[in-house]
Amino acid sequence: MSVGLEHYLVLSAVLFSIGLYGALAKKNAVVILMCIEIMLNAVNIAMVAFSRYIVPTVLTGQIFAIFIIVVAAAEAAVGLAIVISIYRNRETIESTDIDLMKW
Amino acid sequence: MPTQLFWFIFLLPVISFAIITLFVKPFVRRESPLAGYITITAIAGSAVISIWTLIEVLGAPHHEIAVPSISWVAIGNVFEINLGIIMDSLTAVMVVVVSVVSLMVQIYSLGYMAHDEAGYTRYYAWMSLFTASMLGLIIASNLLLMFVFWEMVGLCSYLLIGFWFHKPSAANAAKKAFIVTRFGDFGFLAAVLLLYAKTGTFDTAEISSLAAAGALTGTAITWAAIGIFSGAMGKSAQFPLHVWLPDAMEGPTPVSALIHSATMVSAGVFLVARTFPIFVHSLEAVTVVAAIGGFTAIFAASMGLVANDIKRVLAYSTISQLGYMMLALGAAGIVLSHEGHTAIDAAKAAVAVGIFHLFTHAFFKSLLFLGAGSVNHATGTFDMRLMGGMRKVMPWTYITFLIGSLSLAGIWPLAGFWSKDEVLITALEGNTLLFILAMITVFMTAFYMFRVIYMTFHGEYRGGDPEAHGHLHESPGVMVWPMVFLSVLAVGAGWWNVSGHFGAFMGHGETKGVIEGLFGIFTHSPWPIISLLLGIGGIVLAYLMYGSKRISAERVGDMFKPLYTMFLRKYWMDELYEDIIVRKTLIGVLFAGLQQVDTYAVDGTVNGVANGTSAGGGIIRRLQTGQLQLYGLFIGIGILAIAICLYTFG
Repeated sequence: MSVGLEHYLVLSAVLFSIGLYGALAKKNAVVILMCIEIMLNAVNIAMVAFSRYIVPTVLTGQIFAIFIIVVAAAEAAVGLAIVISIYRNRETIESTDIDLMKW
Repeated sequence: MPTQLFWFIFLLPVISFAIITLFVKPFVRRESPLAGYITITAIAGSAVISIWTLIEVLGAPHHEIAVPSISWVAIGNVFEINLGIIMDSLTAVMVVVVSVVSLMVQIYSLGYMAHDEAGYTRYYAWMSLFTASMLGLIIASNLLLMFVFWEMVGLCSYLLIGFWFHKPSAANAAKKAFIVTRFGDFGFLAAVLLLYAKTGTFDTAEISSLAAAGALTGTAITWAAIGIFSGAMGKSAQFPLHVWLPDAMEGPTPVSALIHSATMVSAGVFLVARTFPIFVHSLEAVTVVAAIGGFTAIFAASMGLVANDIKRVLAYSTISQLGYMMLALGAAGIVLSHEGHTAIDAAKAAVAVGIFHLFTHAFFKSLLFLGAGSVNHATGTFDMRLMGGMRKVMPWTYITFLIGSLSLAGIWPLAGFWSKDEVLITALEGNTLLFILAMITVFMTAFYMFRVIYMTFHGEYRGGDPEAHGHLHESPGVMVWPMVFLSVLAVGAGWWNVSGHFGAFMGHGETKGVIEGLFGIFTHSPWPIISLLLGIGGIVLAYLMYGSKRISAERVGDMFKPLYTMFLRKYWMDELYEDIIVRKTLIGVLFAGLQQVDTYAVDGTVNGVANGTSAGGGIIRRLQTGQLQLYGLFIGIGILAIAICLYTFG
């Protein structure tokens, strides 16, 4: 059995779903950040797979994936900094306790 | 005479106003008499051109000179307003009256206002502006332009009544005059717009010919005429809008002489005369004019009987005489309407009697006001109870005032006799009841004028203004000469029509010999004799009550106590307007009701919308939990929903 586009897409969808579930359901802010990283990487897989299977001669998808990795790194740095800042102020990183936007 | 010169009748005072406002006021010492000299020069120029105009018009065919008009506003071919001059006998007579009386008053003011150094320049600036607006009103050929000048004379009247604005009474009188006349002006403006809507033009001559051709009919023409008349009622102080004129006496006396006796208040009569070809088509309208005029004549005269302020007596007398003029116009209109003579020429001729009375009245009434000012100059007061014996100190004032009074009382052969007599004859032709009222008014007029004479000039001096200083003296020549000049006119102005020439000039009646007119007037009918005897009777009664004191004025006052009180309190008209209409009805009921509407309906709506929004927000904001992940879930569900929709329906 050869590995085709569908397999990559299924893997990507599974990873994305796991990430989405974690981002919406987990309470620990660090875990939420990790789940967002998983979702981004799921997208990366889909990008590279599409690029490889549909337009093999151009590298658009791969280049885009590299961009996403860079942005994800920056986002992780900013996100963790925010989490640390919240922890210093409120002594918690439970997402249910961070409710300043509440009415 | 070049027709462009007609414009200068109006433009010279405008130029004088501009020079005084732009150059004299900022750059010249305020007590300098320069402003007065500029005004007098400009108005003298106007007067010379006016008299020249009158001579030209007298010689012109049909007594009318066509003047090319200037386009003012033109919107395509749809809408056009011209700046035009109408130069007929009516205009010619009026410009002479206004410019001559104004010239005399300006000269007189040099002396009268000499002590008022602070306001000297301001006074002359406004007097120039007033004279300009009044002359503009007379020469204007279309109703819109007339309305503009109409409002400008109203403005000048306001400014000059409130000339001594630091006195609260003067400031209030100015406001009262402005507001009361505004009621009438509303009707005038409505009538102008109605006429424009019906005829598509503002030009008086065009409207007249359209009305004569039957383009205007029925109620429209009645309403238009009554609207114009309501404007005239405000300006000419006819009942029930007369209340402002007695209070307007707060202004300087020369202002009263010019604006509130000779010119502006007669603008109402002039306006009715100018638009008379419209009035004659409506019997209702001319009846209203005659009835209001006749009633005002006797109504105002009755208040003049008891007033103690010399200027107020003259003010009531002015209202009463304006009533005469309106009566003459209305009665002539009734006659024409009954006979069905509604052609333009007949209508224009019918105003001759009213305008003749306006013409003579302007001279003797401004003379009387100047006389009152002269007395005030010496005594410092207007209260006749503090005067007396002035005839010894001020012989010139006394003689001129006496001539003016005799003329006003209608004594043969002075000017007032001739015009008043024609008014009475016209009234008799129009309506018997109004004629009787007018006859009684003759008696009252003679009585109150000679009451003034005896209280002011005869008997012993009663002290004058207790706070005034200085001794009694005759006024300076600059004040006496205008009075002498006007008294000559008060005697002679009526002789223009002794031979019927004034009437013929206006297109009315035929001419006869002077001698025949002078004495023949008593042979045609008994009424001139009767009115003359009534006038003499009034004088005799005044002599008995205030001259020889054979009849005690107090006893007569006590005998007719209720009447006396009613006259003295001015029929409670001020109380009616101020307390019952303004305070109780308007403020107490109408405005209070409107305030309820404002509080509950308007504010209620605004607050209700705000409260509803706030309450709705209170419910909806509970969705805003602050839980980031919940928002994420909604976003996810939303995206999913969009995707499903696209997949199913796309």
